[in-house]
Amino acid sequence: MDIGKDLVAASATPLVLAILSEGESYGYAIIKRVDELSRGELQWTDGMLYPVLHRLERNGLVEATWGRSESGRRRKYYRITDDGSAELAIQQQQWRVVNETLRSTPFMSFQLAPQGI
Amino acid sequence: MSHERSAQLLEDRIEEWQAWVRRRQAIDATDLEELEDHLRSQVADLRESGLDEEEAFLIAVKRLGELDALSREFAREHSERLWKRLVVAETGEGRSDRTREALAAVSLAIGAALAVKVPELFGLALDGSAVAESFYLRNVSLLVLPFLAGYFAWKRGLDTSDLLRLALPFLAGALAMNLYPFAPGGSTEILAALHLPMALWFAVGFGYVGGAWRNHDQRMNFVRFSGEWFIYFVLIALGGGVLMMFTLFIFGAIGFDAEWLLESWILPCGAAGAAIVAGWLVEAKQSVIENMAPVLTLLFTPLFTLMLLAFIVTMIWTGSGIAVEREVLIGFDLLLVLVVGLLLYSISARDPRAEPGPFDALQLVLVICALLVDALALWAILARISAFGFTPNRVAALGENLILVVNLAGSAVLYARFLRRKTGFAPLERWQTAYLPVYAVWAWIVVLVFPLVFHFD
Repeated sequence: MDIGKDLVAASATPLVLAILSEGESYGYAIIKRVDELSRGELQWTDGMLYPVLHRLERNGLVEATWGRSESGRRRKYYRITDDGSAELAIQQQQWRVVNETLRSTPFMSFQLAPQGI
Repeated sequence: MSHERSAQLLEDRIEEWQAWVRRRQAIDATDLEELEDHLRSQVADLRESGLDEEEAFLIAVKRLGELDALSREFAREHSERLWKRLVVAETGEGRSDRTREALAAVSLAIGAALAVKVPELFGLALDGSAVAESFYLRNVSLLVLPFLAGYFAWKRGLDTSDLLRLALPFLAGALAMNLYPFAPGGSTEILAALHLPMALWFAVGFGYVGGAWRNHDQRMNFVRFSGEWFIYFVLIALGGGVLMMFTLFIFGAIGFDAEWLLESWILPCGAAGAAIVAGWLVEAKQSVIENMAPVLTLLFTPLFTLMLLAFIVTMIWTGSGIAVEREVLIGFDLLLVLVVGLLLYSISARDPRAEPGPFDALQLVLVICALLVDALALWAILARISAFGFTPNRVAALGENLILVVNLAGSAVLYARFLRRKTGFAPLERWQTAYLPVYAVWAWIVVLVFPLVFHFD
């Protein structure tokens, strides 16, 4: 599904934080995990993930270390920080509110009806 | 296709891709590494699902996103990277080289800073007697510039015979300045002291071009270096001024007079060190940042042209000649130096293959104005010399005036020919670089020959 740029940008932070809260990971694996969780519905332009990760790193929500991949290549791993976990909790709260509001509107309940357009 | 060949093909494609990404300022070397890891992981997965290298690479690159959009996103997150950084580059190849060079430059700068204090061990303190003052006046460039020349000798790896040739002018300068029996406070002493830094600067130039002083491209590079060095030195001096102001102010606030500290340590040692550091910075940044000297030239050429035109019009309008005062000759010399400088730096930055443009015409107008104004001044000065005779000062100033006038006249002719498309731009560049030794020879004549001719007066 094609999801608008703004929505992708807004959802990127909680999604990345949520994936990292499962454990340390790196760029390509995060993309694969997003693909898996959304069953291929949520498609990102892969490269755009990295500026997001760097912003989270700068704001102290994740921390990065350089390690090695299985094949010995240098690879940058990201881990969620305590601040990141706190931020994730806040964002989850916000998304729940948005989600519930959308669900309760008559327009959305019509749109969300399983009719398979 | 064999397995090795297709693997090699993939490496080649990745290398090409890296070269493309590297051109983006917003994406730095570590980002590239991260993106490459992503690309390779993606390619490996796609290969497992049965695609060949070529297809896997193309799809992986496409999924990574369009490079323009990607670098825009990186730029939004790392806007500071668009401002090119000079000394603090942290990554990339040649890092240890750069550290080594910084170490060498800083130790040479400290050496120069200490060298200006060495004479104090022999009782020649800076705040002391007239003897000490005249010693420093004559020798200050001999204490500092060897370190700058030494930096380039080290950087360019000069061989022994070139090293000897580099040492020779410093030795000659040192001998002349300290063995000539100058009359105290005489003009020849002051003239020699003023011309020695310029004469030694050409020795630094010999080091800068790595001994290849006959090469005209190298000479032009030295001209560019000199302009940038001057700008960096002035910038460092401005910073030093602020430092000293605050030193005086905060120590003054607790009733402690720090002036002696400034005068005998911070100012002389700082200036000596700054001369070396400026040279190193210019060397380090040369390819990183746009050169400043040509930019200033571009700004000021029209303004100086306008000023000279206005001067000529005013002189014709009011009908008044140039009043020959003591300083007039020197003032007009400086004006010519400035015009030659504007000319030299606009030539140094110009693309020699470009067609003649309006800025070239403007240069010609500037040169002709300067020649006209100088001809008037020269006329007045020659009248004065014929009435009052020669002195070292007048001969020096006159000689410099003639040298600069010849340069400008030659430039005017060549510019005119260039504008009428009779020749290319190269002869103009060549004229300037061929003329450089004339300045060097003249500076050495004033240092070495003038005192003898004028009996050290």
